[in-house]
Amino acid sequence: MSSTEGTLPFQLTTGAETPRAAAGKKEYIVPPAAVIGTEEPASLIDIPNPKIVIRDLSFYYGKYRALEAINMQIAEKQVTAFIGPSGCGKSTLLRGFNRIYELYPDQRATGQILLDGVNVLEKRQDLNLLRAKIGMVFQKPTPFPMSIYDNVAFGIRLYEKLSRAEMADRVEWALSKAALWNEVKDKLKQSGARLSGGQQQRLCIARAIAVKPEVLLLDEPASALDPISTAHIEALIDELKSDYTIVIVTHNMQQAARVSDYTAFMYLGRMVEFGDTNTIFTNPRRKETEDYITGRYG
Amino acid sequence: MDKTSLGHHISHQFNVALEDIRNRVLTMGGMVEQQLTDAIRALVNLDTRLAETVVTGDYKVNAQEVAIDDECVQILARRQPAASDLRLIIAVIKTITDLERIGDEAERIARMTINLAQAGGDDKRNPHYYIEHLGEQVKHMLHDALDAFARMDAEAAVAVWRQDFKADQEYEAITRQLMTFMMEDPRSIPKALDVMWSARALGRIGDRSRNICEYVIYLVHGKDVRHTSIEQMEKEVREQGGR
Repeated sequence: MSSTEGTLPFQLTTGAETPRAAAGKKEYIVPPAAVIGTEEPASLIDIPNPKIVIRDLSFYYGKYRALEAINMQIAEKQVTAFIGPSGCGKSTLLRGFNRIYELYPDQRATGQILLDGVNVLEKRQDLNLLRAKIGMVFQKPTPFPMSIYDNVAFGIRLYEKLSRAEMADRVEWALSKAALWNEVKDKLKQSGARLSGGQQQRLCIARAIAVKPEVLLLDEPASALDPISTAHIEALIDELKSDYTIVIVTHNMQQAARVSDYTAFMYLGRMVEFGDTNTIFTNPRRKETEDYITGRYG
Repeated sequence: MDKTSLGHHISHQFNVALEDIRNRVLTMGGMVEQQLTDAIRALVNLDTRLAETVVTGDYKVNAQEVAIDDECVQILARRQPAASDLRLIIAVIKTITDLERIGDEAERIARMTINLAQAGGDDKRNPHYYIEHLGEQVKHMLHDALDAFARMDAEAAVAVWRQDFKADQEYEAITRQLMTFMMEDPRSIPKALDVMWSARALGRIGDRSRNICEYVIYLVHGKDVRHTSIEQMEKEVREQGGR
């Protein structure tokens, strides 16, 4: 870039303190040389109010390095989409946020993931508390083998002591938020597994938001659903972002374009480009991004 | 964007469709150029027959616009193009609108020519000679704008944009000449007005060629430079040039 002589072409807010405390002072972070074949940094935008700040995050499956020095920020109460070909590391990155990878031996992360300035990767972090703050929904709907009501109440019982009436209110609230209440209010005792795929996925979203998380991670939430259910989920994402910070992994680029405010393109474990969704889909800076989203990749 | 080719999509059909659209725009551009060339020649020589072929030929340009628009709509619906592909489709849709209007202006000039020829009188004393130079300038602008589009060359587009200042000056000069002409001989006013309208049409063609250049810059660099200054435009193109 010819316009940036004398200054670094980008800046990032540090996440060392809380984002608000850090907002006044900026620090320049040199990007990892890991960005593919390039002089330009991957992260070209400065998120004014980041909920999550990722610094030099690498991830290993045994000896295999699946993520290489990722630096990025997730905006609060906005939707951030991760796109990229299979195996590029986007789900791996998502799974770092709530340390769900720790369910498996041999998987580990280095670097920092700062949620409101606190590094969630630190060993002393309470995992249950962390996962209450960061909810997750998977590709395939995963209702528990119990009633619709209990599916939603299950998580709440782990974290809170609520009276029957309070619990009923909370379940209704979560199901309403997930745009499912009207369809299931007369059959709350029925098994969750008897719902349609799209309804099951909304049930899982209701279950995730029932514990009032701050961040919602969606890993291909609509890829197994028909277009109508997909549209419901997308409308729901739009609805939910006024209360939650949402991160979505999707193979469907039109979906990323439709629902997200920011888009990150990943390739071979690296963050190739991260920017606001309008720019990424109309005028991406990197050729790799351009090739991928226009279908020239291959 | 990659200037060498629209191709390299995984989908061969998509490559073919985009290439086809670009070629059709260039074909349409060629038709409009021919219409303009003929209209100017007809005016300068007061050639009624040539003017009539311009008037009757306009429908072909219109038909091209409709056909290309339709093809663009189909690509938008079926392919959901993104990034440079999306910018190409948008630039094409806007470019052909301006091309069609340029065709209309050429037809307008041809109708004025027919009027002038029917009015008769001493050819040597007619004011239509005045606009030959402006006509040549505008023709070049349109040609160069289409050339910039064909080669997806933003720098060439800026150069065309600059030419429009000269065309504007020329238009003003013609206006002054025609006013003198009318003051000297009030009977010449109807003729002078026809020439004035023709000059006006040429001025509009210059503006529309300039619009096409703006779409080329958008297509190549993703920067919308409409309603900015030439300095701003040059700066954008320079900065993006390194990419």
